[in-house]
Formats: sequence, C-alpha cells, structure tokens
Amino acid sequence: MSEATTLFEKIWRRHVVRPETAETPAVLYIDLQLLHEVTSPQAFAELERRGLAVRRPDRCLATIDHSTPTTPPDADGEYAWHTDQARTQVETLYRNCARHGIELHGWDSPNRGIVHVMGPELGATRPGMTIVCGDSHTATHGAFGALAFGIGTTEVGHVLASQCLLQNKPRTLGIRVEGELRPGVTAKDVILHIIGRIGVGGGTGSVIEYFGSTIRDMDMEGRMTVCNMSIECGARAGLVAPDETTFAWLAGRPRAPAGPAWDAAIADWKTLRTDDGATFDRLVEIDAAEIGPSITWGIHPGMVIGIDDAVPAGERDALDYMGLNAGKPLAGEKVDVVFIGSCTNSRLTDLRAAAAILRGRHVASGTRVLVVPGSALIRRQAEQEGLDAVFRAAGAEWREPGCSMCLGMNGDIGRPGDLVVSTSNRNFKGRQGPGVRTLLASPLTAAASAVTGRVTDPRELMDQAS
Amino acid sequence: MSVTVIESRTFNLAVDNIDTDQIIPARFLTTTERAGLGQACFYAWRFNEDGSEKPANPLRDHRVADQAVLVTGENFGCGSSREHAPWALLDYGFRAVVSSRFADIFRNNALKNGLLPVLVEPAVADYLLAHPDLPVRIDIEARSLTIEGYGAVGFPLDAFSAYCLTRGIDPLDFILQGAADIDRYEQQHGK
Repeated sequence: MSEATTLFEKIWRRHVVRPETAETPAVLYIDLQLLHEVTSPQAFAELERRGLAVRRPDRCLATIDHSTPTTPPDADGEYAWHTDQARTQVETLYRNCARHGIELHGWDSPNRGIVHVMGPELGATRPGMTIVCGDSHTATHGAFGALAFGIGTTEVGHVLASQCLLQNKPRTLGIRVEGELRPGVTAKDVILHIIGRIGVGGGTGSVIEYFGSTIRDMDMEGRMTVCNMSIECGARAGLVAPDETTFAWLAGRPRAPAGPAWDAAIADWKTLRTDDGATFDRLVEIDAAEIGPSITWGIHPGMVIGIDDAVPAGERDALDYMGLNAGKPLAGEKVDVVFIGSCTNSRLTDLRAAAAILRGRHVASGTRVLVVPGSALIRRQAEQEGLDAVFRAAGAEWREPGCSMCLGMNGDIGRPGDLVVSTSNRNFKGRQGPGVRTLLASPLTAAASAVTGRVTDPRELMDQAS
Repeated sequence: MSVTVIESRTFNLAVDNIDTDQIIPARFLTTTERAGLGQACFYAWRFNEDGSEKPANPLRDHRVADQAVLVTGENFGCGSSREHAPWALLDYGFRAVVSSRFADIFRNNALKNGLLPVLVEPAVADYLLAHPDLPVRIDIEARSLTIEGYGAVGFPLDAFSAYCLTRGIDPLDFILQGAADIDRYEQQHGK
C-alpha cells in the first residue's frame, strides 16, 4: 500500500479519466486552460465548424499578450498595431471569449499580462492542478507543483470541447541542485547551466522535477524562471514540489481558496511531494557552486557558457550566424540592444535586480534598452517602488506589458546584425528579428551589459553597487 | 484525411535542432486561418527581407511534386509549440519527416494533422542524409520505412495514432465518445 511515488505520478493519477491502454492514450482531465490570441483562433473555428460548445468556460482563462503593442495607446485610444492581422487576431479572441463566456483579461483589465505571469498572479495556478496552454512555456506553472505543459492548437480545441487531453505517460527526470548560489548567480543562470549540461534534447519525452536545497531556497519567481525553460531542453513540463514558500506566495490571491477551504487546500498540497524511496527514470545532480553567471553564445539555448568562458569551437553554423570567433570570451562584445522581459524574467524580483544595477547609472550610448514588465500588476508595483523612475533615468524604455521582443511578433524587434542581451528564453536564428543575434542571460547580466554597452559580468558592477 | 502508404523521394536538410521558429517565423503567426502557410515555410532560409530569393536557399532544388519526405538532423521541431509548423510543412508539400529525434510537441502536432514523423536510428538518418533524393516507401500499418538500396527499417508509432491516421479518425471524436466518463470524473472529483 505504501508504494513510494513521484510528485508527477501523484498529479497524473488524480487526473486520469480513462487509463492508458495498449491501443489508446490516457484521457487526462485538465483543470485549467489558459488562452491567448495566437494559438486559439483556429481551435475556436474548429469547434464552431463542428457545432460544439466549450464544455467548461469556467475552466478557461484568456489574455492578450503575444501580438499586442507595448507602447501606450494614443490620445484617441488607438494602439500602434504592428499589422492589421495582429489587431484582427486580438479582436477574434475578444469575440470568441464573449461568445463562449470565457473570462478575458483584455486591454481594460488591471490583471492583463503575459499568460504565464498572469495565471499565478491571479492564484489561478495552484498545486496539484493540470494546466495547459497553446504555448510551450506553460511549463512555468510547474513552479507551483502543477503539471503544466504546452499543446498545439488542435489540442486546444480538444480541451475546449471536452476539458480533456489524450496523453501518453511521459518519463520522469529528476534534477537535484544542491548548495548556495554564489553572488551574482540567479535562477536564470541555474536553468541555463542545466540546459547547457543536458542539452536541448536532454529532456525529450520527460517531465522534470527540480529539487534540492538550491531550489528549496529559491523564491517563487526564481522557481518559475527555472520551470519556464524546461521546454528548452525538450521536456514536456517542469515541477517543483509545493512548500511554505509556495503557500505564502498564493495566500490572498484572487482565485486562491480562503477560510476553511484554504486550510484544507494546504493539508492536501502538503502531500504533493515525491516520496522517499521513489525513483525517477533518470537523475541528474548539479552542484550550485559550479554555476556562475551563464550566457548563451549560439543559436539554441543549449549553447551556454559561463560569462568568463571562451566561445567554444566546432559549431560552424552557429559561429557564422553569431559572427563570433571561437576561443574568445563573449565578455566585451558590443551590445546593441538589451531586452529585460518575457515570461522567463519579467517579474518584480527581476525588475528589482535590474534596477539595483541601473540605479544611479546610465545606459551606454549606442545601446537601446527595453524593460517590459510581465503584467499590468507588476507594472503598477514597480511604479509604486519607483523602479520605472530608475529605468527612465538610466535611459531605458519602460513599456506596457506583453511578450514583446521575446519573439518579436508585435514589431518589437532588433535590426539585422544587432547583438541583443535578452532575459528571454530562445536564441534561435531570427527569433528577435531577421538577422538579429540573441544572447540569453539573467536580468543582472542584461542590466550590467546595458550600462557598459558590452557583454558584462554583473559581479563587476555589483561590487560597486550603492 | 486518411494516410496508409507514402511513396515518394527524400529531400535533405542536414541540420540538427531545426526549431519551429525556422520552420515558420513568429511574424507569420498573426493569421486566424490554417491554410496558405506554405509560403512562410522556412521563410528566412528561402527569402531575403525584400522577398527576393536567397542565393543560398537550401530548398532551391526541392521538387515539391515528388520529394514529399523531408529528412533532417536530430531534434527536429524543437522550441515553440506553434501548430503552424506542421501546417506550414504540409501546405508547402511535405507529407512525412524523417529524423533520429523529434521534439515532443512537434511530434504530437504533426500526428494530429496527418504529417508523419518517422523516427529512425541515427545510422539510418545518416545514410539518408548521405544519399539525397532516394525513393522511399512508408507503410504506416506495418510501421516500416523502405529505403532503396538500404532496405526496410521499422519506426515507432503508437497504436492510436496509427489507427487515427490510417482511418482518418478524429481524436476529438474519440474523447467525446467517453463524455459519460468525463461527467462521472467531474462528479466524483467535485470539478
């Protein structure tokens, strides 16, 4: 009876509507589907073509984030849409949500934000849930001990119509990180280091559980950053077992349970942990002391080095695209743009970290800096703390929330050849605009590079920070 | 749409880790349709920003009419979950992709749209990449890929996907046939 099981297994079992058979995948119940404008229109159209209703509109939550401008509307309330098609896409989501009775956090909502920032902020993301979204960074919500993963548009339609998903059971990968992080090293450096270590396909077919003292000591924002990039090593999802840090973060959120229901929820959530003696299909162990500020140098997120390391040889195509010489460190390369934002690193703690470096300093001439908060709430909180004033005084652009330059769908892109230090999650060729070269790094490294206009180890500026 | 056998020739893109941003860049995702994305397929590899063809376009010599099987390096389809990637590949004219590793979400999305991901051993992929434009036959029921001059190799495909592909069965219909189970689950779990 006392079979030791993993956290993943516990959540999986709670959601099996029909078990997997030799012929058919499991039918898995989905507690929450998050929706945005880009990957949903064809799913709604398919439902309408078939004459199907949305089964549980109360288990859907929508926002607009990917193709929305991050500049404020003009005096007439008009937004600077990048294309008419982008506007049509957002209008289509408004129409679909109204027709099907789905809660949409549109322009007027004080909670609008990047879908993976907004869900946790509303307390819509809670331990033990299954959560899907037509977006691969849905893994972010795993930071709360929720099984959360990205799906395609056809599957978005499946969940709209049935609140269920067909799933073959993934394998499990345990990643244990032990020890205290060194100064200047953040959750972003940890996950970049992990991806560099196991490779961009190292997690394929698996759900990762992150554990160990380093993870336990991280705040929720850090855990979200780690889980967010699970997909960049190919994993379906990332998980962290919920604990007191999780409960404290969720308490009082709009959708979090309250009163006796809260106590009952906590009692249940405390059972959501991997039992002693349970095994993962594979285990990777990492010593936090090995991790320094990490940065990508190439064209996928597995091409990672320490900021002091030399660019490695052997990847001709990546070196050609990036215009880099093997054997030379990245530090010192001229930086054209710095982007601080995205579902990976746009939360209040990220903005505070960047502001701590930028306070009393100025962005280097010839370097453009965009700071894009992850949600309207974060934007307000940052302004209450005066962080916006720090960014503006330093010469950075303080924008409206959205995905922005992470994928450049809304027109926030670099110029061909630009070198961008970005706190986002993907450095694929052309991701931030045709010919743009992306270096993924932490908010600290991004801010330090903004000040010097060169790729910079943040510890150089932190020592002098007032 | 049902598929049982694909007989065609191979076309090689010998690149590892082809991500879905390469297959279709984000700026083409503002569409609310799923048709017509073939033009955007591998856009940045084929075209300059002004729309002129790139001299080094790796698909320049691709014959859409008889090279419907794309062979690539490992970890094909990594990155973004955009289903526009298989839509674009299908609209462009590919019907199957052969690789020694597929990213999970891409593989799922491809199967849901009748684009067949054929997972092979690295040695098989290496052979194909070293011998361009080979006649191949893919039999879904038998889960076999027959390569001229090499022989037949198997590939994994779960029973349900094979069933759906070969009979044109829609997975949503399958889920909805179990609506009573979903009702019961919701009642039992207070959902």
